[in-house]
Amino acid sequence: QKVTVDVLDHLERLALVDFRDSEGVERLQKAIRFADQLREVNTDGVEPMDSVLEDRCLYLREDDVTEGNCTKELLKNAREKVEEYFVAPPGNIPLPKLEERESFLQSS
Amino acid sequence: VLNRRCVEAAVMTGLALNCSINKKSLFDRKHYFYADLPAGYQITQQRVPIAVNGSLSYSLCIDNKMSQMVTKTVRIKQIQLEQDSGKSLHDDTRSQTLVDLNRAGVGLMEVVMEPDMCCGEEAAAAVRELQLILQTLGSSQAVMAEGQLRVDANVSVHHPGEPYGVRTEVKNINSIRFLAKAVDYEIQRQIEELENGGTILNETRAFDSKLGCTVPMRDKEGKQDYRFMPEPNLPPLILYDAKSLPANMNHQQVVNIDWIHERLPDLPSVKRAKLVELYGILPEHSFTLLNEDGLTEFFENVVKQTPMKPKKVIGWILNDLLSYLKEHSLTVKESPVSPFLLADLLNLLEKKEISSTAAKQVLAELWKGEGKSPLEIVKEKELELIQDQKELEQICQAVIDGQENEVIMMVLG
Repeated sequence: QKVTVDVLDHLERLALVDFRDSEGVERLQKAIRFADQLREVNTDGVEPMDSVLEDRCLYLREDDVTEGNCTKELLKNAREKVEEYFVAPPGNIPLPKLEERESFLQSS
Repeated sequence: VLNRRCVEAAVMTGLALNCSINKKSLFDRKHYFYADLPAGYQITQQRVPIAVNGSLSYSLCIDNKMSQMVTKTVRIKQIQLEQDSGKSLHDDTRSQTLVDLNRAGVGLMEVVMEPDMCCGEEAAAAVRELQLILQTLGSSQAVMAEGQLRVDANVSVHHPGEPYGVRTEVKNINSIRFLAKAVDYEIQRQIEELENGGTILNETRAFDSKLGCTVPMRDKEGKQDYRFMPEPNLPPLILYDAKSLPANMNHQQVVNIDWIHERLPDLPSVKRAKLVELYGILPEHSFTLLNEDGLTEFFENVVKQTPMKPKKVIGWILNDLLSYLKEHSLTVKESPVSPFLLADLLNLLEKKEISSTAAKQVLAELWKGEGKSPLEIVKEKELELIQDQKELEQICQAVIDGQENEVIMMVLG
């Protein structure tokens, strides 16, 4: 199956990736085909794996303060700041609709 | 890295809310973009949370009188551990958002309730009880005004017998009073909308406390696709009990559900029952005692220092002391009258050295906090009851003599 333009637009919006050109989309298709090989394995009655760490013990940290007081350093990352706040736009600036933005997907 | 104290707090709260604790729970990533979420995702427990299927019992007064209380229950769907985001301050005048990241990444406990409540009053009572429970357990100070307890209300309406309607989520509720208002406003709004032939959007709305209404929130329109995936950096959280306790594990890494269960303090409902049993007060009295920070201790301290029956003392605590404090917006800790002073006064009353009307006058003086003892005030204002029998007889006789006609009427019938 081919990945539809709607799905590609949805992905661009959600993850802010830019498929840029047909090569980008083809790479995505290849990745999906690669992952689909998992479906060939019979997993009846087998519990799904969570992660490669799933047999490890989750380390529990003691409730002790070990770092902090680094306001200056952290605020160095801010392009703009007000007192000790980071400044951001009033809300999310959504990606323009497919028709309104420059995306090669339009011609797909 | 997961903080052990967060796990313990979640287990304690789960046990207090009658939940089943999942011995194995998992962590997931919830992806979305927002200025207060620098990583672009929040770690939460979407698939298997730490506790499920509990219940919370709370009480309501019928008819606004404290005399009749009814008990209700709301089911707890689950409790999950998750990360907090930063705090956004919206500056509409300068068209910007100020972000404070101090609390980003700090552990949170989200308690999800089933839609078993039907109005603002029920929601407020349930959250109040949850607040008391959390404070008793020490899981949280649960002060809403400081964001230690945050409540988002999901509201929908439907005709009896029909399926639940579309729900909206109401955020930005900063107190229990506002919670009741927000819920009731939203119920009304939805009813009016539907009666006018409109539809309810599945949206997120913000409560405006100044206007007392809910308004649509920016950026939260439409269903979000969070692309949940297992959190790669956190293996499953395994909890143990007495039976499953591993022999050789590092003590610090083990959370034992049974150990926590044994050490749960008395929950508010148990405390109230004990107060009623121990002191012979009414259930509604016990609610008021627990509702005011420090009032129970005050009451018990007074009882210790006077032979007056607790059933009588409670009247002075709830009617006189509490109403004075409320009138002057004081907390129990700020009371100018200490338990010692009040007990001193009640002792005079108990020994019949003064009447209860006189006692109220003395109390009015004591509020001034001038440092005088009850006895000093009684002497100053000559409020002592006359103990001398002969003197009393003379006074009564004088009254009777002066009211001969009335006396004859009384004797006759």
